[in-house]
Amino acid sequence: MTQFGRPVPFAAWGRIERGAYPMARPRFAGDLPGLFSAKERPGHVLGVGLGRSYGDSCLNNGGGLIAMDGLDRLIEIDKPGLVLRAQAGLSIGKALEALTQRGLTLPVLPGTRFATLGGAVANDVHGKNHALAGTFGRWVRRIGLVRSDGRTLSLAPGDAEGLFAATIGGLGLTGLIAWVEVGLNALDSDDVEIEDIPFETLADYYALMADHAGKAHRVAWIDCTHPGRGIFTHGTPARDEPGARHKTPPGPRFSVPFDGPGFLLNRFSLSLFNKLYRSLKARDGLRRMHYARFHFPLDSIGGWNRLYGGRGFRQYQCAVPKAVAREAVMEILNAVKKAGDGAFLAVLKEFGPLESPGLLSFPLEGSTLALDFRNRGQKTLALLETLDRIVLNAGGRIYPAKDGRVSAQTFQEMYPQWRALEALRDPAIRSDFWARATGMAR
Amino acid sequence: MSQAVAHRVIILGAQSAIAEAAARLFAAEGAQLVLAGRDLGRLNEIGDDLRVRGAAAVNAMELDLVAERSPIARLAEADEALGGASVILIAFGVLGDEERAETDAGEARRIIDGNFTSAAVWALAAANLLERRRAGVLMAIGSVAGDRGRASNAVYGAAKAGLAALMQGIAHRLAGTGARALVIKPGTVDTPMTAAFDKGPLWSKPEAIARVIWRAADRGGPVLYAPRWWRYLMWIVRAMPAPIMHRTRL
Ligand SMILES: Cc1cc2nc3c(=O)[nH]c(=O)nc-3n(C[C@H](O)[C@H](O)[C@H](O)COP(=O)(O)OP(=O)(O)OC[C@H]3O[C@@H](n4cnc5c(N)ncnc54)[C@H](O)[C@@H]3O)c2cc1C
Ligand SMILES: NC(=O)c1ccc[n+]([C@@H]2O[C@H](COP(=O)([O-])OP(=O)(O)OC[C@H]3O[C@@H](n4cnc5c(N)ncnc54)[C@H](OP(=O)(O)O)[C@@H]3O)[C@@H](O)[C@H]2O)c1
Repeated sequence: MTQFGRPVPFAAWGRIERGAYPMARPRFAGDLPGLFSAKERPGHVLGVGLGRSYGDSCLNNGGGLIAMDGLDRLIEIDKPGLVLRAQAGLSIGKALEALTQRGLTLPVLPGTRFATLGGAVANDVHGKNHALAGTFGRWVRRIGLVRSDGRTLSLAPGDAEGLFAATIGGLGLTGLIAWVEVGLNALDSDDVEIEDIPFETLADYYALMADHAGKAHRVAWIDCTHPGRGIFTHGTPARDEPGARHKTPPGPRFSVPFDGPGFLLNRFSLSLFNKLYRSLKARDGLRRMHYARFHFPLDSIGGWNRLYGGRGFRQYQCAVPKAVAREAVMEILNAVKKAGDGAFLAVLKEFGPLESPGLLSFPLEGSTLALDFRNRGQKTLALLETLDRIVLNAGGRIYPAKDGRVSAQTFQEMYPQWRALEALRDPAIRSDFWARATGMAR
Repeated sequence: MSQAVAHRVIILGAQSAIAEAAARLFAAEGAQLVLAGRDLGRLNEIGDDLRVRGAAAVNAMELDLVAERSPIARLAEADEALGGASVILIAFGVLGDEERAETDAGEARRIIDGNFTSAAVWALAAANLLERRRAGVLMAIGSVAGDRGRASNAVYGAAKAGLAALMQGIAHRLAGTGARALVIKPGTVDTPMTAAFDKGPLWSKPEAIARVIWRAADRGGPVLYAPRWWRYLMWIVRAMPAPIMHRTRL
């Protein structure tokens, strides 16, 4: 639809921040410039993908949303040149379906296949292989950007205005991302060869990370009920005989049809879940699994975010510098345990030294911890503010893609370069996250 | 997906969301396609994607399908570009403004022309072509709205009913020739045509309709509901006594 219609409900993944917004859903690239000049344009607008951001970076109260998922076409796959060009509304999962059957893959994959290429650029997403591959933005070669002044740009690294760098990790604020050209890796098999190794202390976690430094993918699940305990997993793309059959990725095993009662996820079920999870996962030795099961484990339960009930949940993801990472992570885990409402899902990964071209990219060399909390209102907010202080003291920062509540002061201390992005923001674009984090007036 | 020979497909109204989803399924198995629609830029945007997905060849034809004066000649050109089409899909249509059509004859005529008169002329041209060849499938997208006249879309529904009757008749005429004809009747589908509507549980994605179209290229007909369960729902809607129907606001 090339017009903004009546308000349509749209929720961020955490389902706390949500609303109804006048929404346009363009299907053709040529529709984009007209959306800015549309008579019925509801004030400020914001381009969004599939709403896989947890907080309010994909919402725009008082303005309109431009749902980009109708722009989901492949433009070119250059196999020898290892390049994909596609419209920005194409999801990572759909891109992979087209790529893997040609023996190609995206070099950086976030934990869900339902993020779009535009969203992957706007949050400069990372995978479990940051140490070797860096962020998604490192692989982006060109970006098609449509600005409200009527310009349709094809941006390459080092453009004079600095818009390429500002758009990577730019939270959708620099314009509408129409298409993305991204470098690829060759792929031998659809499978990943993985191993799960349980550990009892954070020291063990760091030792395991070091021992497996050469492995493509490394990630750990942390048991919040026993800070320091967890399961380390490493994965390497498997090798197949030439001509092995391409497997279509498995779809969701089942879906959550309605909101679960929030009380299901309490301290006791949490402890039980963690025990169960640990015993289920801790299998011995190397095994193979489809890339989709490895990279997107949560996608196998459709609508899993509804398990947290109608009040929704928050995810908190931070990165802390290497020199102090161990202490900071332990301090965070202890603070969470003390607050008595541990996270169901806690994931710990390492970011390597590879720099991202993005102006406001989240990753920094060190550890990154992601924690899910059911929404207990003020209590949860207070805990997250405690965590903010630990992160700030460590010289770290939080991930805007996961945030719906950080204060302007904290955000600006974490991202002092925010003014440079603000200077390049398209004046017709705004998001709830940006308004809050910059103290911007409506 | 396994079909012995890749299809050669003409799509009239190829810019439609439903048609594009169907085109992707044909492209994935190496089909050749001619895309007809009224905006060359958009057709090329769709065509590039179909090529990457595996289409052996894609040609775009910029045409106003409602205003076109020589459908027979245009169809022959498209058919020739493919070396003989195996599938001809009539997908274009207009929803129009029912309320306006109640008082504005121009709007009523636009809805009837956009869904029936023009589609009928293309369908007849295509039927002749396939009948002579004694092979191929002609499909038109009708609508469940044509199964029973309702206040909210009486004119659109009537035009789609006319198209369905015509397609049934053509199917009858082609029976035994080796060529086939059928009408696809989608329920409510989330596409640009219905962007202004609130969506509920009865709504489908264009991909669901596309699968019915894709399968119909090889078998089935002459009346296919999409998704299939709409057939049963429409039994009930058709059977509903008028006194009850008239109390609803459907
Ligand atoms: C289960 C799960 C696992 C995840 N794992 C990871 C992970 O491992 N690593 C990681 O980095 N992230 C991860 N994420 C976060 C997710 O990858 C990002 O939030 C991503 O940006 C979501 O993409 P989206 O298309 O849904 O965008 P949305 O959430 O809809 O939007 C995100 C941002 O992108 C902007 N945007 C999107 N498309 C466009 C466009 N075409 N033009 C302009 N702006 C646009 C929006 O304005 C917004 O600022 C995960 C999320 C989930 C739900
Ligand atoms: N969506 C539903 O709920 C639903 C239900 C039942 C049946 N249908 C039928 O499904 C078919 C496809 O519709 P859709 O849902 O996919 O919506 P759509 O995306 O809006 O498709 C309709 C298409 O018809 C084209 N068209 C209209 N007039 C034309 C003309 N004069 N010349 C060339 N093309 C013309 C439009 O072209 P432009 O892009 O140039 O406008 C548009 O691409 C239609 O026949 C519709 O009636 C839809």
